[in-house]
Amino acid sequence: MKKTVFFGAVTVASLAAGAAAAGTLDDVKARGTLNCGVSTGLAGFSAPDANGEWKGFDVAVCRALAAAVLNDPSAVEFVPTTGKTRFTALASGEIDVLARNTTWTFSRDVDLKFEFIGVNYYDGQGFLVPKELGVSSAKELDGATVCIQTGTTTELNLADFFRSNNISYEPVPVETNAEGQQQYLAGACDSYTTDASGLAATRASFEDPSAHVILPEIISKEPLGPLVRHGDNDWGDVVRWTLNALIAAEEYGVTSTNLSELASGTDNPEINRLLGVEGGLGEMLGLDNEWAQRAIAAEGNYGEIFAKNIGETTPIGLARGLNAQWTDGGLLYAPPFR
Amino acid sequence: MSDTHAETVTFVRDTMLPEKEPPLSTVGAIGWVRDNLFSGVLNSILTILSLGFIYYVLSGILPWVFQSVWNADSLTECREIMVATWGDTHGHACWGVIKDRWLQLFYGFYPPYPAHPDANFGSAPDGHWWPAYFRPNLALILLIGAMIPVLFSGAPRKLLYLTAAYPFILPWLLWGGSVWVPLMVAAGFAIGYFAYVLVDRSMSSLMATIAAVLLAILWWVFAVGPVSGALHSILNIGIAPVQSREFGGYMLAIILGVVAIGCSLPLGILMALGRQSDLFIVKTLCVGFIEFIRGVPLITLLFVASLLLNYFLPPGTNFDLILRVMIMMTLFAAAYMAEVIRGGLAALPKGQYEGADSLGLNYWQAQRLIIMPQALKISIPGIVNTFIGIFKDTTLVSIIGLFDVIGLASAIRADTAWNGIYWELFAFIGALFFVVCFSMSRYSMYLERKLRTGHR
Repeated sequence: MKKTVFFGAVTVASLAAGAAAAGTLDDVKARGTLNCGVSTGLAGFSAPDANGEWKGFDVAVCRALAAAVLNDPSAVEFVPTTGKTRFTALASGEIDVLARNTTWTFSRDVDLKFEFIGVNYYDGQGFLVPKELGVSSAKELDGATVCIQTGTTTELNLADFFRSNNISYEPVPVETNAEGQQQYLAGACDSYTTDASGLAATRASFEDPSAHVILPEIISKEPLGPLVRHGDNDWGDVVRWTLNALIAAEEYGVTSTNLSELASGTDNPEINRLLGVEGGLGEMLGLDNEWAQRAIAAEGNYGEIFAKNIGETTPIGLARGLNAQWTDGGLLYAPPFR
Repeated sequence: MSDTHAETVTFVRDTMLPEKEPPLSTVGAIGWVRDNLFSGVLNSILTILSLGFIYYVLSGILPWVFQSVWNADSLTECREIMVATWGDTHGHACWGVIKDRWLQLFYGFYPPYPAHPDANFGSAPDGHWWPAYFRPNLALILLIGAMIPVLFSGAPRKLLYLTAAYPFILPWLLWGGSVWVPLMVAAGFAIGYFAYVLVDRSMSSLMATIAAVLLAILWWVFAVGPVSGALHSILNIGIAPVQSREFGGYMLAIILGVVAIGCSLPLGILMALGRQSDLFIVKTLCVGFIEFIRGVPLITLLFVASLLLNYFLPPGTNFDLILRVMIMMTLFAAAYMAEVIRGGLAALPKGQYEGADSLGLNYWQAQRLIIMPQALKISIPGIVNTFIGIFKDTTLVSIIGLFDVIGLASAIRADTAWNGIYWELFAFIGALFFVVCFSMSRYSMYLERKLRTGHR
């Protein structure tokens, strides 16, 4: 244990052998905690509760990962990152994995040298308008004022959408989602645009949500997923297959309640391999064979995590939509555990 | 009739009239109102307009503040109560969010019982006699104790020992860990002092200063860790450590503010003197530093602290984020402070310097006894202005992901229970900052009155 939290830092000389260490997986095991970068606060995805406990959809991925690697879903250090600090925090090694509603784009994957390990939420940019505006499609927004967060991909998507449809708009720049809500409610703009999940959360927070509608057009693809540093493939595999295990568990009907029962062996060899009853997949990852059991036990399978944090029974009330299993017409498709 | 008035002419009154009460319209409340509010037609109109404006503002704010909901666990519940009580939800504050999260707004995620990380506020672990948040609260009480002898000359001088020890007590109480670490850091100052005394005997005082600083830095960088580790393994005295990441809320603003204020004044004085120095290198360094820091926004420095340093330092280096931010804020405040004090120095007539020389005082004696007391007195408003500014600037750390009050406000809004709440949090934060900033301002006025020795 590190005794000198503060003054140990004063002695800058504590150049731990981080540079020479083998890989992130070994670092995490040696440290005993997982450093997970999350958002400083996004409704449903990551937020600290009144006791300082982190809750949310992105947070659940971190907890499952900590359970798989360290056998303790609470062995996570949540590092709050802003849109500006997130990539540096990951690149510099301050965090092991970034699970912060980050859109998987070409340049982030290739140019910034990160490795997106999958998609945990398929999002897209939408429009929120008051019902009394009488608009049923985003294409009718000609000449509207639109509140838009500056410096985000949504700003560029908005410009593209209006240009390709040959209609005009007037942007009202806002800095944060909270400011956007206030401006929109104060009538400073006819429409507020951001990711559809954010719009749903925003609408849910209004006094009279039924007076506002989210228009059907989704004008961009925003696949959000966790990412790790480029070049550490062993660690990337662990994170990727932990997420896949959560998704596959839902597909095969493995839930946190029937987990222990199924773990004693089933007729379905795929479930057996997933839960480590046969196949020895965990050892290939550098973990033990029960890793996926622990990951699922932490917060449940993908469907349970979704329902608990952002699903239709929560105030945010998102439908599964694109985030349903491929068997239900969605895009979630975990590669086989074999 | 007395003799003194024997030669008085007859048409001059020779007795004093008895004193009369001043007319009712010029004294008391009525007189004050007439004098100050209705002394003329224009003033009367302005008064009535101002009163109307004040009424308009207060009639909006006061019902919002006082016709409000305290007992609610979510914004939705707040709104239900508002509708049930007043029929609508407009113009009523929902203070339930403060009631729900006030501990977080004050202390961030600091554990109430650091030795028992699982215990929450209100559920003290067994066998614990001290209250929740004992360590930060004690640090605050000691801070007040340490400030009193500095602020008020009438306070017992013995408290100055506490002031001297406080820079070591504060980090130990808040961050915890082994008691040997702050002791060994303090020992660095002792080492520097003895080095100065020893070298000063045989060589010049400049050499002594250099030797003292060098030895102390070498001690801090290379010896403090191992030595305190060794001592800790012999005699294990310590308290549970708390990670920097758990710091937050108003506590973080106070810590950053106190450190920046406490360190920037001496640093600023040194740099102001360095800027006026005849030594070329010292002068160039000071001017360059001051102008560089003043030319760069604080937010840039904070980004350097949080992001750029990560790239420069070797991977795995554990250089505490809060410490980095503290250093940057201190340097920033010090550069401004140096200019404020230089203004005070420039206001002193040259005769004061020459007078000091003619008394045979050396440079430091002259500064300590003659120049600085006058220069600092002149600069008090500017110094306190810088203090207040840097204290409010601590909220900028929310931009680099630290959970100060502003950062926490957005984190609280991300909770589905409180999503959509806005003004209540900012009003509360504003009130917190107002208390401290207003106290600083009043103290500076008190100090100016006390030190007013001029013949005005």
